[in-house]
Amino acid sequence: MSTTIAPQSGGSKERVRQDKSQLNWRQRRGQWDVKYSPYLYIAPFFIVFGVAGLFPIIYTAFISLQDWDLVRNSGEYIGFGQYNWVLHDREFWIALRNTFSIFLLSAIPQLVAATVIAAMLDQNLRARTLWRMGVLLPYVVAPVAVSLIFSNMFGDKFGLINTLLSDIGIDPILWHTDIIPSHIAIATMVNFRWTGYNALILLAAMQAIPRDLYEAAAIDGAKTVRRFFSVTIPQIRPTMIFVIITATIGGLQIFDEPRMYDQTGTGGANKQWLTITMYLYNIGWGKFNFGRAAAVAWLLFLIIIAITLMNNYLTRRFVSGEDAVKKSKKTSLKLTAKGGK
Amino acid sequence: MSLSRRKKTLGMAAGATVFALTLAACGSSDPADDTTEATETTENTEPVTLTVATFNNFGYTEELLQEYMDLNPHVTVVHNVAATSNDARTNYFAKLGAGGLADIEAIEVDWMPEVMQYTDFLADLTDPEVEGRWLDWKTAAATDPDGRLIAYGTDIGPEAVCYDAALLEAAGMPSDPDEVAALLEGDWDTYFEVGQDYVDATGKAWFDGAGGTYQGMINQVEAAYENPETGEIIATENPEVKAIFDQLTAVTPEISAHLSQWSDDWFAGLATGTYATMLCPGWMLGVIKGAAPDTTTWNVADVFPGGGGNWGGSYLTVPEAGDNVDAAKALANWLTAPEQQLKALAAAGTFPSQNSALEDEAALNAAMASGEAPTNAEFFNNDSLGTIFSNRANAIEVSPFKGEFYFQVNDAMQNALTRVEDGSQDPTTSWNQFVTEVEGIG
Repeated sequence: MSTTIAPQSGGSKERVRQDKSQLNWRQRRGQWDVKYSPYLYIAPFFIVFGVAGLFPIIYTAFISLQDWDLVRNSGEYIGFGQYNWVLHDREFWIALRNTFSIFLLSAIPQLVAATVIAAMLDQNLRARTLWRMGVLLPYVVAPVAVSLIFSNMFGDKFGLINTLLSDIGIDPILWHTDIIPSHIAIATMVNFRWTGYNALILLAAMQAIPRDLYEAAAIDGAKTVRRFFSVTIPQIRPTMIFVIITATIGGLQIFDEPRMYDQTGTGGANKQWLTITMYLYNIGWGKFNFGRAAAVAWLLFLIIIAITLMNNYLTRRFVSGEDAVKKSKKTSLKLTAKGGK
Repeated sequence: MSLSRRKKTLGMAAGATVFALTLAACGSSDPADDTTEATETTENTEPVTLTVATFNNFGYTEELLQEYMDLNPHVTVVHNVAATSNDARTNYFAKLGAGGLADIEAIEVDWMPEVMQYTDFLADLTDPEVEGRWLDWKTAAATDPDGRLIAYGTDIGPEAVCYDAALLEAAGMPSDPDEVAALLEGDWDTYFEVGQDYVDATGKAWFDGAGGTYQGMINQVEAAYENPETGEIIATENPEVKAIFDQLTAVTPEISAHLSQWSDDWFAGLATGTYATMLCPGWMLGVIKGAAPDTTTWNVADVFPGGGGNWGGSYLTVPEAGDNVDAAKALANWLTAPEQQLKALAAAGTFPSQNSALEDEAALNAAMASGEAPTNAEFFNNDSLGTIFSNRANAIEVSPFKGEFYFQVNDAMQNALTRVEDGSQDPTTSWNQFVTEVEGIG
């Protein structure tokens, strides 16, 4: 700290205005300190990121241009051949379709349910902590265990759900044959695990809402439902957006549940529930074609960037309330310039 | 780089041959006396720790490994077991080139096409001592194009037919193992025709699913998917493959239970008498018993449609980058000797691939009747299981060629069969999709 202050106390105002080349060594060092030490302080993060994040990304890009041999750790440069192959592969597009379908089937019901559960937990309940712990319980169960249990329940012939369905006279659903039922089954596993988690995050946001808003609304004659839509929902928007973004990233990388959904883990006989990460894994560790797997990894990277940018855009549009003004001046300025609130 | 390393190892190997041979010699003859003598007389007995990496259950019990350590006091054996062969496979290929594998690594016959591309990372295990130890096709599959033996065989999976005696009886069919064997003796048509009779009589399914049955059929084809000479994929033009596909998809709607192997439904089906028969290699007995511990009616018939067939089996390899290649070779040699394999059979039901063990029917029967894990003989109401599987092993004539793309093509085929089985596609559509998928491979 003391060195940071040194140049100011050491140099008079005149000398600061003087040409830089006339500064002595001590002063120059002090100036560098002010200029560069902040970068030094944040360097550890970026060094770790460079080694553990950036390097693999770049190395993956390098491998994706090769016909790569994992065991010999060498490859032959073939340009964009791998990308070309992947983009012309039927399975890639099916995997993309499945990923988005499972994502939508899981994210939307999950967020709706989480918001409703959070709102209920926000009431004055008896044994409040018990209920709150209760909704988090599924999150503690390992994804693979969840998948094993649910895969068993969703068995085509001897599964619990089909047995119940046939007991009440409904035809059994072919969970492992038809596309949409298989997506629903997998989305159910995701929802089981993540709804409670999201509910707790939203609950935390709801608890931060000033109670006087509710009182004022009540005095104005707003009933419970009206208060929920007009006070609670607008107030938890920023948290909602955080939850949506994490759900999006998780949804695009969904792997454990579909992989454990049947015994082979390759996404079904007609790739009904093959997701993009499973596709990547099958090419890499199933077929030992790491060049091609690296190309898929990069395509997935680009897809996630595109979705994140889209999210970012929607967020700016979406958060147009007072929060936005507090949080980001730029955004609010832009919006006021456009005639927004 | 790799050449110089190989030369160095060869030199080391030559120097230590005497040591290795004396150790190896005790594997087949009277073990106890010879080895203690050998280790005492040989000066070269610095303490070594050998790691053995296997998966699932090879039957290498603590007692068995302790036996080796008692015979060779300077050796400490550490046994690492991976939960599934898939985990082991990932680990094996990630470290094969980079280093870091155990001194002895177990591999499954299914990885052989890939392992064969990297035999220069594996020690040459050729040894006059082990010549003729295994069935010819077992050794041939572990010999690389340069004639180096890169793996010692452990177990094999000779296939017989398992059946539910109660179900056959209920259908008014013979249920005694010998009678069932006589009934099913013949080719696949016979098996399917008998199946049709059973289905007509009971309305229940004859076999579990197309997948496992197909595997039994395709393993009798010498070169199914690839041309052994050129490595070219011929699966879609090979009339034998199409014939099997047509034959199987013609009968499955009637006589299959439409269960895909290893699915939850398939396991449940084993216990609930959903199907009457299934093709079963020796190690399947443990699976049946594990999935249906309360049933008492499963039995094994000494017969297999179209002759014989092998499904699965494993090997031990010694990575050349290891520190104790020679000591590891000696241990691998000992572990795969017939005496030890019989103990493994008793402990885990891993059926031997060693000729002398296969000839000793009394020992095989005894091993399958005793042991802690399976006690299969009792469960399967059959005290000649050893004889049955020994006969089945000797009936194997064809050693199918499996090249680089075998598993990708086979996966595509299994998926094609499943699409027909689950009713989502008709056989023609499914075959055409198979052809498209295979054309995309490579």
